[in-house]
Amino acid sequence: MRRFLILGLACLLMGWLPTAQAQQASPDDSAALELLEALDVSSYPAKGEAITAILQSDDERARDWLQALLDGRLQRTEDGRFVIVLDNSGRNWPVEDALTNESLGEMSRRDLNRIGINNALRNQLRSAIAVVDLYSPNVDRRRTSATRLLGEVDEELAAPLSELIAEEEDGQVQRRLAQALAIYQVESGQLEGVEALRGSLHPRARVALSRAANGDDPIVADAAREALASIEQNLKINRGIETLYFGLSLGSVLVLAAIGLAITFGVMGVINMAHGELIMLGAYTTWMMQQLLPGQPGLALILSIPAGFMVAALVGIAIERGVIQFLKGRPLETLLATFGISLILQQLVRTVISPLNRTVVTPEWMSGSLVINDALSLTLNRMVVLGFALVVFASLMLIMRRTRLGLEVRAVTQNRAMARSMGIRATRVDIMTFALGSGVAGLAGVALSQLTNVGPNLGQNYIIDSFMVVVFGGVGNLWGTLVAGLSLGVINQILEPWAGAVLAKIIVLVFIILFIQKRPRGLFPQKGRAAEG
Amino acid sequence: MTRLQRKTHPRTPGRFATALIAAAVMGVSAQAVAQENDPIKVGILHSLSGTMAISESTLKDTVEMLIDKQNEEGGLLGRQLEAVVVDPASNWPLFAERARELLAQHEVDVVFGTWTSVSRKAVLPVFEELNGLLFYPVQYEGEESSENVFYTGAAPNQQAIPAVEYLLNEVGIERFALIGTDYVYPRTTNRILEAFLMEEHGIAEEDIMVNYTPFGHSDWQNIVSEIRRFGEEGKPTAVVSTVNGDANVPFYRELANQGVDAADIPVIAFSVGEQELSGIDTGPLVGHLAAWNYFMSVDTDENYDFIDAWIDWTGDEDAVTNDPMEAHYIGFNMWAEAVRKAGTTDADAVKDAIIGVAVPNLSGGYAAMMPNHHITKPVLIGEVQDNGQFDVVWQTPSTVAGDAWSDFLPGSRDLIADWRAPMRCGNFNVVNGSCGGSTAAEEAEAALAE
Repeated sequence: MRRFLILGLACLLMGWLPTAQAQQASPDDSAALELLEALDVSSYPAKGEAITAILQSDDERARDWLQALLDGRLQRTEDGRFVIVLDNSGRNWPVEDALTNESLGEMSRRDLNRIGINNALRNQLRSAIAVVDLYSPNVDRRRTSATRLLGEVDEELAAPLSELIAEEEDGQVQRRLAQALAIYQVESGQLEGVEALRGSLHPRARVALSRAANGDDPIVADAAREALASIEQNLKINRGIETLYFGLSLGSVLVLAAIGLAITFGVMGVINMAHGELIMLGAYTTWMMQQLLPGQPGLALILSIPAGFMVAALVGIAIERGVIQFLKGRPLETLLATFGISLILQQLVRTVISPLNRTVVTPEWMSGSLVINDALSLTLNRMVVLGFALVVFASLMLIMRRTRLGLEVRAVTQNRAMARSMGIRATRVDIMTFALGSGVAGLAGVALSQLTNVGPNLGQNYIIDSFMVVVFGGVGNLWGTLVAGLSLGVINQILEPWAGAVLAKIIVLVFIILFIQKRPRGLFPQKGRAAEG
Repeated sequence: MTRLQRKTHPRTPGRFATALIAAAVMGVSAQAVAQENDPIKVGILHSLSGTMAISESTLKDTVEMLIDKQNEEGGLLGRQLEAVVVDPASNWPLFAERARELLAQHEVDVVFGTWTSVSRKAVLPVFEELNGLLFYPVQYEGEESSENVFYTGAAPNQQAIPAVEYLLNEVGIERFALIGTDYVYPRTTNRILEAFLMEEHGIAEEDIMVNYTPFGHSDWQNIVSEIRRFGEEGKPTAVVSTVNGDANVPFYRELANQGVDAADIPVIAFSVGEQELSGIDTGPLVGHLAAWNYFMSVDTDENYDFIDAWIDWTGDEDAVTNDPMEAHYIGFNMWAEAVRKAGTTDADAVKDAIIGVAVPNLSGGYAAMMPNHHITKPVLIGEVQDNGQFDVVWQTPSTVAGDAWSDFLPGSRDLIADWRAPMRCGNFNVVNGSCGGSTAAEEAEAALAE
C-alpha cells in the first residue's frame, strides 16, 4: 500500500517542481526507457503488466505517461524514441519527447507508431490513474477519482481508504469514497456496508446489494433486500421523471418544427410542403456560420438564430411571391407546386454544398448532461432546445396578440374583404405572415442542427410530423400546436419502451386518425365566425 | 454482334452455340477491330441523389479514380477505360432501369454499384438476364449467390460472427443488446447472431435484448436509457449495432450525452465507418468498436498510397476512406486482373478467369475470389479514437473466406455455392445433392421473409 502514498507524494512534488523533470539525470532515464519499452509489445496482457510496472515505479512522469497512453498520444518514432503527441488532427502532428518533455516539432503520422490500447487496458489505466489521483491536491481530480472507484475497491485499497475518508476535506469526495468502501464491504459480506448504501442510486451499489440479497448470511441478505426495496421505489420515480423529460424534449422538437407551419398552414391556410426544406435551410445556416467563425461554435450558434430566421424568411418570401400567390384558393395545386419546390431545394443543396451530411459542432455548454442523481441525468442539448422552443412559442404569441402585424394577420385571415376595406394591405400581410412562418421554420432548423443530421434530407423527416401536430392541435390555434406537440412527444416516449420505436410511431398515428374522426377540428377548434372563414 | 453474345447464357447451350458460330463466321475480324479502337466501358451504378447519396456518391468517385489510375498505366489490353455514370437516385425500381440502360444501351463490360440489399435485389434479374457483371462492395446479410454478382463486401461470417466472438472471448461480454434499423440486413444478421449466441454459446434469452428503429431515427433518448439500464444488471454488457446510415449520428450523440462509456458498455457497429463518424465529435466515443475488413488507420504503405491518391483526387485534405471503398479497390483490381488473364472483357470469359484471382488488399495481405463469388478478407476490430479514426485492436490471424449461406440458420446451413464448371450452382444442397429449387432454399427464403 505504501507505493500509493509514495506516488501521491510524487504527485505533490510534481505540482511544486514542474521544471525539475526536464533536468532529469540520464542514468534514471535508462530505467524509464525500459519501463516504456515494455509497453511497445503487441500482446495486450503484456501491456497490462507494463502499466502495472510503471505504476509501481517511483517515476514522477508516470501519470503523464499513463494519461498519454490512455488518450492514444503516447507514440514511438521509427528510431525508437518515445514521444507524446500534443495534437493528433491533420496529417502532421506536433510532438514532444516523453522522457525529457522537450518539443520535437511536427512529425508525419507515417513515422509514428501509436502504442495501442483496448477497452480492458483503458479500464485498467483509468483505475490506475484514479488511485494516483486519490492523493492529488486538485479537488476535481479527487472527485473524478472517487467516482471512478465505486465498485473498483479491492482488499488492498480498502485499508487506506478509511483513513483517507477521515482526512478528506471535500464533502463530495468524502461521500463518494464512503460509498465506494461500502460497496466493497457489502461485496465481502459485511453488514455495516448495507446501511451505508441504503438510498444510494448508483448501479454498482444496486448490483452489490442484489448479490448480497442472494447471499448466504441471512442477516445481511435481509438487510440488503430491505435496502433494495427502497432503492427500487426511488428508481421508479426517477424513471418516471426521465420518461416525462424525454417526452417533453421530443415534444419540443415537434413543436418547433410545427409552429412555423401553424402560421403558414394554420393561420393562412397555405399547404406548404416545402416547410421541411425551410427547416433544412436554417440548419445549413448554422453550419455556414460555424464555417465562417471557426473555433467559436457557441457564438456561431447564437448568431445563427437571427441568421437562420432571415435566410428562411427570405426564401419564404421568394416562394410566396414566386409561386403561392398565383395559386390562391387552389390547395391541390399549391400542394403539388410546393412539393416540387421542396425537391428543387433539396437537390440544390446536394449539388451546391454536398450530398454528404455536414458536421455541426455542439458547443461545450450544450454537451453532456446535468446530473441530478446517480439514476437521473438530463441531457443538456435537449434541455436547451426545450427552452428555446418555449421562448419561440412565447414570442410568436406576443407577435400575434400584441403587435399591429398580429392584429392585421388575424383580421385578414378572418375576413379578407372586410380587412381590405378597412385599409389593410392584404398582400403585404400575406408576405409578412409567410415570411414569419418560414423564419420560424429556420429557427427550428438551427435547433435541430444540434440534435440530428444536417443533410439534404433533414426537412423530409419532419414534414409529416409537423402537419400531424398542427392538425391534431387544431388548425389556426398556436396553443393547440404547443399542447399537441408536447403531448404527442410524451405519449410516444411512454409507448416506446414496451412497443418499440416503430410500433410506437404507428400507434400514435392511428390514435391521431381516430381522434380526427371524432373531432375533425383538432384539440382546440377555432370557435365563432372565424372558424367558418 | 456483341449484343447477341451478351444476351446468351451458358445454360442455354443451343443459343450459345449459335451465337458462337455466328460470331466465328461473321464477326471475328470486325469485333477485333472494334475492340482495338473502342474504350472498355465501366458502368457505375451508385445513387448521386436521394437518401443514399450520402454513402454512395463517394464510391462513384472511388471507381472514377481507379479508372483514371488504370488509364495512366496504359489501360487494359491496350485499350483505354471509360466510365459510364448513371444516377439511380436512391430509388429501387430505378436501379433496375438504370442497370438495363447500362447493359443494353451503353453495353458496358462491367458494373460497379449498388449499396442497399434492396437495390441489389432489384438489379439482380437484369444482370442475370443480360449476363452482365456486377461488383457489389458493401457488407450484407448473405443468403444469396448469383453467377453475375461478385460480393466484395463482407458476408456475415466475415464481420458479424467474428465481432461477436471477439466480444465473448476477448472482452468477456455476457449480455447483448442487438440494436438495428428495421429492414432486411439487420433483421437477418440479428437472427443469425441470436441463433449463434443461444446455440453455440449458451447465452440465455433474457440476456439478449433486440430493438429495431425506423430509417433515419433521430430520437434515441429512450433506447439509450434502456440500454444503460440493461447494462446495469451486473453482467458485462455490449451493444451490437446494425443501425444504418444517418441514424447513427444522433444515436452516438445520445450515447455520449447520456454518458454511456465504452469501458462499461461498448457498442460494436457493423455499419459505422470513418465517413459516418466524420459527422460527430468522437471525443466521448473513444473505445466504442466497429468490425470491418479495412480501416483508414491501417498501417501499410498500400493504404497510405491509397489515402494520398484519394486526397489528391478529391482535393479535400480531410477526405476519409472506408471499407466499401477498399472493396471497390479490390473488386476493380480483380476484374482488371481477370480481364488480363482472359485476354477479353467478355462476361463469360471473365467469370471463369476471375475465380482464384488474388490481388493485394489495403491491409497488407491478399484477397482471393472464391468459387462462390465472395472474397477472402481479414476481419478487423477497431476502437474509435478521438480523431474520428479507428485503432485496430484485434484481427483474425488469417483471412476468412466469405460464406454465402450462413451455417447458423436452418435451411441455409445445407447450401453451398460454387460457380466453377461443372457445378455452376449458387444454392447447391449438399444433403440431397441437387441444385436450386430445393426445399431448403425456399425455407431459407421463407425464414428471411419472417
